[in-house]
Amino acid sequence: MIRSTLAALMATVSLGYMAQAQSVTVTNAKLWTGNEVVEDATVVITDGTVVSAGADITLPEDAQPLDAEGAWVTPGIFSAFSRTGIVEVGAETTTNDTLAPQSTFGAALDMADAFNPNATTVPVTRIEGVTRIAVAPGFGSGMFGGRGLIADTSGDANSVTASQAFSFINIGEGGAALTGGSRPATWATLRGALEDARTYPARYNALEDGDVLNRLDAAALAPASRGQQLLLIAASRASDLRNVIALKEENPQLNIALVGAHEGWMVAEELAAADIPVIIDPYANLPGRFESLGATQHNAERLIDAGVTTALAYLDDDSHQARLVLQSAGNAVANGVSHDNALRAITSAPADIFGMDGLGTVEPGSRGDLVIWDGDPLDVMSAPVSVFIDGVEQSLESRQTELRDRYLTLDESERPLAYRR
Amino acid sequence: MRIVLRSATVAAITLGLVACNGSDSPGNASNDETATSETGDTAKPFDKDPYPSTYTPYPSQPVLLRNATVYDGIGGVFEEHDVLIRDGSIAELGESLEVDDDVEVINAAGKFVTPGIIDNHSHLGVYPSPGVSAHQDGNEVSAPVTAEVWAEHGLWPQDPGFTRALAGGVTSMQILPGSANLFGGRGVTIKNVLSRTVQGMKFPEAPYTLKMACGENPKRVYGYGGGGFPGGAPYSRMGNVAGYRSSWIEAQEYKRKWDAWEEDGEGDMPGRDLELDTLKGVLEGDILVHMHCYRADEMAQVIDMSKEFGYKVTSFHHAVESYKIADRLAEEKICSSMWADWWGFKMEAYDGIRENIPLVHEAGACAIVHSDSDIGIQRLNQEAAKALADGRRAGLDISKADAWTWLSANPAKSLGIFDKTGSLEAGKDGDIVVWSADPFSVYAQAEKVFIDGALMFDRTDSSLMPVTDFELGQPGEGDMK
Repeated sequence: MIRSTLAALMATVSLGYMAQAQSVTVTNAKLWTGNEVVEDATVVITDGTVVSAGADITLPEDAQPLDAEGAWVTPGIFSAFSRTGIVEVGAETTTNDTLAPQSTFGAALDMADAFNPNATTVPVTRIEGVTRIAVAPGFGSGMFGGRGLIADTSGDANSVTASQAFSFINIGEGGAALTGGSRPATWATLRGALEDARTYPARYNALEDGDVLNRLDAAALAPASRGQQLLLIAASRASDLRNVIALKEENPQLNIALVGAHEGWMVAEELAAADIPVIIDPYANLPGRFESLGATQHNAERLIDAGVTTALAYLDDDSHQARLVLQSAGNAVANGVSHDNALRAITSAPADIFGMDGLGTVEPGSRGDLVIWDGDPLDVMSAPVSVFIDGVEQSLESRQTELRDRYLTLDESERPLAYRR
Repeated sequence: MRIVLRSATVAAITLGLVACNGSDSPGNASNDETATSETGDTAKPFDKDPYPSTYTPYPSQPVLLRNATVYDGIGGVFEEHDVLIRDGSIAELGESLEVDDDVEVINAAGKFVTPGIIDNHSHLGVYPSPGVSAHQDGNEVSAPVTAEVWAEHGLWPQDPGFTRALAGGVTSMQILPGSANLFGGRGVTIKNVLSRTVQGMKFPEAPYTLKMACGENPKRVYGYGGGGFPGGAPYSRMGNVAGYRSSWIEAQEYKRKWDAWEEDGEGDMPGRDLELDTLKGVLEGDILVHMHCYRADEMAQVIDMSKEFGYKVTSFHHAVESYKIADRLAEEKICSSMWADWWGFKMEAYDGIRENIPLVHEAGACAIVHSDSDIGIQRLNQEAAKALADGRRAGLDISKADAWTWLSANPAKSLGIFDKTGSLEAGKDGDIVVWSADPFSVYAQAEKVFIDGALMFDRTDSSLMPVTDFELGQPGEGDMK
């Protein structure tokens, strides 16, 4: 049994889960490489990096191969959108760093200042096979949420993979509410802000002020305004998406990706032609707002068929339930997406969108994020049996598993349950 | 537990309605019987069912589902079995059933057949899509005790969410008021059959329910005055419990007054109080209590309070910590209506674990998978599957067939409708789902959904995919959703 083999392995390597890269060799895997499925595959990770992966791999001489016995092996899952690690308890504002309604700043807010590798959400997410997360700001005082990051879920002190990986802005109904009350106000604000940022710092030296952004916000938005940083835009309605496409036509230097895109399927060909990728929630199929009247679970299928780079995310509870992206991807398959494309949408596609070379794939040169599964990774009764990040095997425990183990039996005849751990 | 009409006057009114509808549905027919048989009872001066169900099953042909894998909903699984639906009801479950020519035979080989899913915690219709300000009809936030309001009076039957839930195999559901209030008001149980009116959806003869709420919500909404300080009571969990108890004391006094008057038959009828009518209904066992309560210690307080005043809690909802007192809940025969894995969005949800549902089940208590979500309601089978798998990994040996009790039988029991639906037993309503594959897989979809024997949804036939008024003429009208 794979479980016992792995358990034995874990027993040998798990002491303290020392953050040291190890040599890992997995054989007989049904491997999703990020691009294709390879049967009877072998993966060799050395010093945290994949050195070989695929069929017909020669094992290193000192290898202690772990026989996956045909089980699914994938890159670490990449959640393309989360607030994991920046909020502990959603309703408790002291623990919630996603947004700052009273802040003077918007674009300058940097989620790397908030990210807490010790947040309980991090292991909860990791033990479901999600090893990398895009962590986005919320929106408090305006349409500019701030800058997001890419992190791993190891819980290690140095788990931020890339800070200031993208800037996040909000248009449509949400953006309107944040910019005075209408879409035209949003677009006037956005155009002015991009001009402020693009001309930073010259404009601020000459005029001492921008039209929209204060000095720090302009500095923060400058890379995105020049296409040096991803500009992530939340938008849903087809007409809003067309406005984003027009924005990119007017400003071809911009590197734009969309979040939400409920009516993306209605403009799928145009998005593909404009090379604008999307991060969508495949569950979204309700006209929850007037900007999402066309929402359907077939959005993913239609966008992918049109050639739009599509990543999937679970957007309903992005701080605590980013782990549900696997179930989301399974549902996308039930609604027309191929299994390969659904896997791609939670591994290599998000890595592409965020420009994270070496993540979301298991190929020579990839980072050693690997998950071995006890079944089809996308099916709801499956779970990881082993998770590696940068070649280091990870604990599969969380605060939740500790609570579970405490309460497996309710026998208090000797001592209160508080003594059991 | 159903609401019994006792007075001759009411019986006449009810009969009149039946006549107007020209209906001979089982539901209305038994109303008729009830009224007739109860005519001699103590007269009650007002109608306890003034907004009666007008739901009648839609016409159906006899159908045989041939060679399916069948979860009967009460712990049985049968390979290559047939299910016969006739006259709107489940007629027979067996192998190689022989049927007459008038029966439509559907080849269900490779498919799975289950009872329709019943969600006992939904806000469809009261918090409908689109979620615009004009549609916020689920919480009467004006006071902490609003037992006088009824969810059915705020329910918009054109919520597109009903159609999505139908595509998820949901055949009945309870629509509850929200959890802002200590007493949120009455819930209503409906068949998931679209209608021009709420009455046209109401589950015939289902008892009324009362929504109550523990914990953070009431004290946040009232005590913190929506962010301003000071607000009113309750400000703390102490205030919550004092609030419930004060109301129960009033309800006991009200009931005594009415009981005395009915006993003596003398003097003026006591003045009516809508709020206390509902609480009195709980004390009399006619109205079932469904209480939003996350923390184990709070549930234990509420259990004692229910004994203090002589009523029973039917189900704790959300019940994120039920696993901590599963033994007690089994002892008290109180259900837990739970998510598979929601947690952490507020302090009282912080100790949520993935094994809550299977641990409650394993302790012998009544476990229910609920949604509280217009998205979650569309895949409750997947939520059960996740919980089952997590339970098994923790060493709990639970079969898929037993796990299906979380989706149909147990919620039906919690709503007082298990004598009519919730399992594939002969004589029950023909509320049945044909799944494309094992519904414990993420890839399974509800292909056909029968309600009272009528095919109300068919994934392969766009004429059997209902579109609400709201979605007509909008982007995506009639699309696969």
